[in-house]
Formats: sequence, C-alpha cells, structure tokens
Amino acid sequence: MDIHEYQAKELLAGFGVEVPRGGLAYSPEQAAYRAREIGGSTWVVKAQIHSGGRGKAGGVIVCHSENEVYDAADKLFGHRLVTEQTGAAGKVVYRVYVEGGVSIARELYLGLVLDRKEERVMVVASSAGGMEIEEISANEPDSLVRCVVEPAVGMQAFQARQIAFQLGIDPQLVNPAVETILGSYRAFEQLDATMVEINPLVVTTDGGIFALDAKMTFDDNALFRRPDVAELRDKSQEDPRETRAADRGLSYVGLEGNIGCIVNGAGLAMATMDMITQADGQPANFLDIGGGATPERVAKAFRLVMSDENVDAVLVNIFAGINRCDWVAEGVVQALERDPIDVPLVVRLAGTHVEEGRRILAESGLPIIHAKTLAEAADRAVKAVSNAPKVRKRNAPAKVADEGVPS
Amino acid sequence: MSILVDQDTKVIIQGITGRIGGFHCEEMRAYGTNIVGGVTPGRGGETVHGLPVFDTVTDAIKNTGATASVVMVPPPFAADSIMEAADSGIRLAVAITDGIPAHDMIRVKRYMRRYREGNRMRLLGPNCAGIISPGKALLGIMPGHIYKSGNVGIVGRSGTLGYEAASQMQELGIGISTSVGIGGDPINGSSFLDILKLFDADDETDVVVLVGEIGGPQEAEAAEYVRDGMSKPVVAYVAGLSAPKGRTMGHAGAIISAFGESADEKVEILRDVGAHIAPNPSEIGDTVAKVLAIPA
Repeated sequence: MDIHEYQAKELLAGFGVEVPRGGLAYSPEQAAYRAREIGGSTWVVKAQIHSGGRGKAGGVIVCHSENEVYDAADKLFGHRLVTEQTGAAGKVVYRVYVEGGVSIARELYLGLVLDRKEERVMVVASSAGGMEIEEISANEPDSLVRCVVEPAVGMQAFQARQIAFQLGIDPQLVNPAVETILGSYRAFEQLDATMVEINPLVVTTDGGIFALDAKMTFDDNALFRRPDVAELRDKSQEDPRETRAADRGLSYVGLEGNIGCIVNGAGLAMATMDMITQADGQPANFLDIGGGATPERVAKAFRLVMSDENVDAVLVNIFAGINRCDWVAEGVVQALERDPIDVPLVVRLAGTHVEEGRRILAESGLPIIHAKTLAEAADRAVKAVSNAPKVRKRNAPAKVADEGVPS
Repeated sequence: MSILVDQDTKVIIQGITGRIGGFHCEEMRAYGTNIVGGVTPGRGGETVHGLPVFDTVTDAIKNTGATASVVMVPPPFAADSIMEAADSGIRLAVAITDGIPAHDMIRVKRYMRRYREGNRMRLLGPNCAGIISPGKALLGIMPGHIYKSGNVGIVGRSGTLGYEAASQMQELGIGISTSVGIGGDPINGSSFLDILKLFDADDETDVVVLVGEIGGPQEAEAAEYVRDGMSKPVVAYVAGLSAPKGRTMGHAGAIISAFGESADEKVEILRDVGAHIAPNPSEIGDTVAKVLAIPA
C-alpha cells in the first residue's frame, strides 16, 4: 500500500526525522491560510498524489506570496496530473501540501528497501539526490552507498555514521544525519514498510538536515497488525476496479488491452496474458480469482471484468485441481444466466473432471467458445475480438461465434 | 528416487484442526502420504481424522518420529510455527500459508541460520502449493492425479502454472520425479538454486523444468548454476512477459522493481546459459519432450 508524501512525513517525524514545517489543504483558501501559519516568505505547494515525478509534471509549485500559494493550489485542485509513473490516465489532485521553503546547500538520497537477494533490509544512499537518482543507479551503481541490516539486532549507530561520512556530510552535521537514518530504519521496521525513500534529503545553508520529500510503501500482508497505517489508505488514488477487486478478495490489475482475463492462480494468470500477447492480442487485465475458483468468485470476476468498457472479449482459463471442472463449469453457467455478457466468451478448462465440465458448458446452450489448450484459448479470443463489433453495445444479445466446436 | 520426500517420510500438519488443514489432511492421506499427526496449541490430546493432535511440535516429534511438517497456520501465526518446527528438529517444513508479512519472513530466515547448514531445516514456501513425489508422497495442496511418476523434476513459484506444466507432460506420457513449489512471496525458504542442486544430485531425475516469473533475483542466481555447475538439461519458462513494471501481479513477489527482474531479461539470462526456453506456456510439455529426445 502506498501513502501520500504528507502522511509519510508525519510518520517519519514521529521517529525523529526532521521535516520542514508544512500543512495539508483541501482548498485554495486553506492553502493560503497554511502559508500564513507556517510563516516565512517562500512556500512550496505540492500536489498529493500517489506517484513520483510530480515535479517534472508541474505538481510542485514554488510561491513567494500568499496570493501565489492560493493561485497555485487553485490550479492544482481537481487537476489530473500525468507523471511518468501514472500512465496516460494520470491521477486527480484532491489534496495539496503547503510547505515552508528551505535554502538548500546539498541534495542527498536516502532509501530503505527489502532486499530480496540478501533477504534483509538494505539502506541505500547517494551524495547525488534529487531527480537524477534513477539514472545514477542505472549508470553508476557503484557510486551508491549500501548497508545491509542484521535483523537480529537492527541497524546500529555506527552503520548510520559510516553512511553519513561516506556521503561527505560535514562532521558537525553527522549526528543529526545519523538520527535521520536510524529514525527512517525504525519507521521501516516498526511499521512493516517495504520501502522508505527520502529524496531529496537536504542539507540547508543554515546547517539543518531535512526530508524534503518522502515516500513510503507498506506490506499489504502486515496491515492487519498496523491499523494506524491501514487507515492512511486513499482509495481516490487507486484504480476503482482494483479497489473493488481487492475488497472482494480478488487480485486484479487493469491494463490497456481489450481481452478480459479470468484465471485461477497468479502464475497461470500471467501465463495467460503472455499467451494472448503472443497471439497478437492485448490483455485488458490481470485477474487471479484464487486457486479455488468457486462459483461465487467466478460470478464476481465476470462482473468485474465486464465493468471495463474496453473489454471486447473474455477469456476464462481455469485449471481445476482440488475443485473439479464440472463445479467450475456450473459456476460459469450460473454467472452467465444471471448476468449475461454481450461479448464473445472463450472458456478453457483443464484438470479434474474436464470432460464433464466441457459437457456442462456445451449443454448450457450459452454462446461459449471452447478451447482445449491455453494456446487455442488465446488464439480464439484474439480472433473473436477481431470479428467483434468495435463499439460495445450494452444489453445487446451476445454474438454467437461460428468457430469453437464443443468437445 | 525423488527429492526431499517419499512414502516413508513421516509428516505432521501444523494447523491440522483448521478447516483448510483438515481438508488437505484427508487429501494427502488419500494420496498415500504418511501423515502421523498434527499440532494445534491447546488441542493436545485430541484426535482428529483418526490422528493424534499435539500442543507442540516437540511433543509431536517425540511421539510420532515425524521429520516433515506441512504448515497450514493462518498468516499472523505462521512465521512463529515455522520457527517452532525449525527449533524442534523438523527436517523439512512446507509452508502453504499465503499472506505472511515480509518482515516475519526476514526473521524466520535469520532464525534458521542459528543452525549449522547440515543441521538446518529446509523450508519450502511460504505461499506455495507444496511438494509431490508422484506415487510416493504429497505434502501440499496440489491435485495428485495430474502427476505421472517419471524422470523430470519441476521447480516453480506458481501453483496452477505448475499444474499446467505437469498435465501437459502427463498428456505426452512424461513423468515426474518430484515437483517442488517454492512459492510466490518475495522472501521464501528455498530458492530455485537450492532445488536445482538437489535435482542435479538425484539419480532418477534426468531433466529439470524451471517455471519462473517476474520479480526478484532467483532465476538469475539459478542461471549461474546452470552455467557453472548443473550437469542436467534445464527447461525454463518465465511468466509475465506482458506484465507492466512496478505492479504486483497477484503473488506478493511478482513485481518488477529492479533491473533484471522482468520476464524478458530473465529469459535472456537463462537462454544465455543454455537452458531450453519454452516459447510459451502452452509448449512447456513439448519443450521437455524435445529435450528428453536428445541422446545423452
């Protein structure tokens, strides 16, 4: 789960990380009021969306008067910000964060990640912070400072000190830098984070060390024991379909294509997408309905996939293991009888009692295109799409495809 | 032969009194797995499915001689159960549970290092389908009947994609020595490399199928071994060629977050070291058949 910058800063501040004075605003009036509250003569108005690259996309505006703060906020509210991470759809700004300006002497980078090779927390730092960190990590990976934390004892002060010295921090500022690094580690560890990123971490001309931007990501599997973190979730920043899916215990990722996928198991779901792509089609989504594939889940999956208006055909690929194909087939039939769909449907069943499952589908009289193998299923779905009308007409009778002989 | 488990392996189920534990207990026994008991703290002394329940893993081992455990404990308590198994002297734990916090798994891995390598419990999973040595034993949740006994080893992250591979092989008359699920979590007990080494040393495995997916460094790590140490041919398929960067695809670990973690990159790395790449998930069986037909 991702959270907003202002939320991350609030959490980190609780662990001793210094952040500039700032305040959240839901309206331009409130933004101007925040600026007055903070004081000073320079403010930064920052769009709060779940994405990096906000600066380049125009979501961070430096202001020199309360009027400018008002105007900046007015411009950002309701604006759909498109960054290199959001995709073309962008994300709508509903909150802005107003922060007092600081005078920057140096920009550094501090990141904490769950390193999958070491299977431990790794702290990564760079003396070149700011927007270029991705290029640096790609082109000069050796210039990054790395430190692996021994989980039994946690991060030690000497490790944080080594990082600070390697970053070339002024000896007088090493102690506050160590506090920042150790505080970030404690936040990471105690809040079940999977990523903490402070970029830039700045040294100011008057000798302060501040987290100027902050990003945190949390382990979804640990939210049950982090209720304070869980309540920071902002559904307005998520794809509504993904939110609906998650609330129903399904795992869904919306994509740009037009072939809706309903699959059991994450690996098989990815493989199904791969197969569609290889057949020159484009998957509309990743959807894992879980190993079980109960009729209820199948029905929910149909409603979810069909809520995507780009979907011109649906491919169901179920490998029934402990559950039997005949049972899955019943589920498909029930779901379609209750909520008929108006696009071609390709079903591929495999596993236990597959013949019975196919017979149930064939005898249902529903216009289902059958496929025996994964390759055949992808092929037929792609063909069905190219034969289907370009614009979907809701509630029109489903087109009966001529291919797909029931087996 | 087979790796890790056979008909003589004495198995307990941690979480045997739960709904899922109970259901799969019956399935595993029906397959022929030698289940000797179960553990649920506070339920010691009871009998479920005709099997004795113990309060602790230590009690279970003392009374049954079990050497393996299937962990079907809910996520908040699963890491604790795995560590208990490691401490009590279980040799192989198969963690089926999906949803264990990553920080808990860091702790589990660290804890297991207390034991010297020869003495250390082997962990499969979490978030895996388990392990099956066809005709001998099944420790997990896979449908046993799709696995024919034979000379091909399978190691993969995904459950259903593993079933897909096994059933393609069954249709072609190809059998399996052992199929191992290592699970879809970012931090897991055994890696592809760990399992490849076991298959390489197994007399009755001639070819190994590696079913990978996006995310993490383990396929690349395995590729190094395929190049430098592995004596047997490896067939590989990596799922997620069409997965977008930075999105979690179902499995907590299936996310491209760094260089070398995409399916394309992994396929290239594996191809470079001489692995036989299945061009798509529908041709895993065919690719294995071709490799088996190559004279040794």
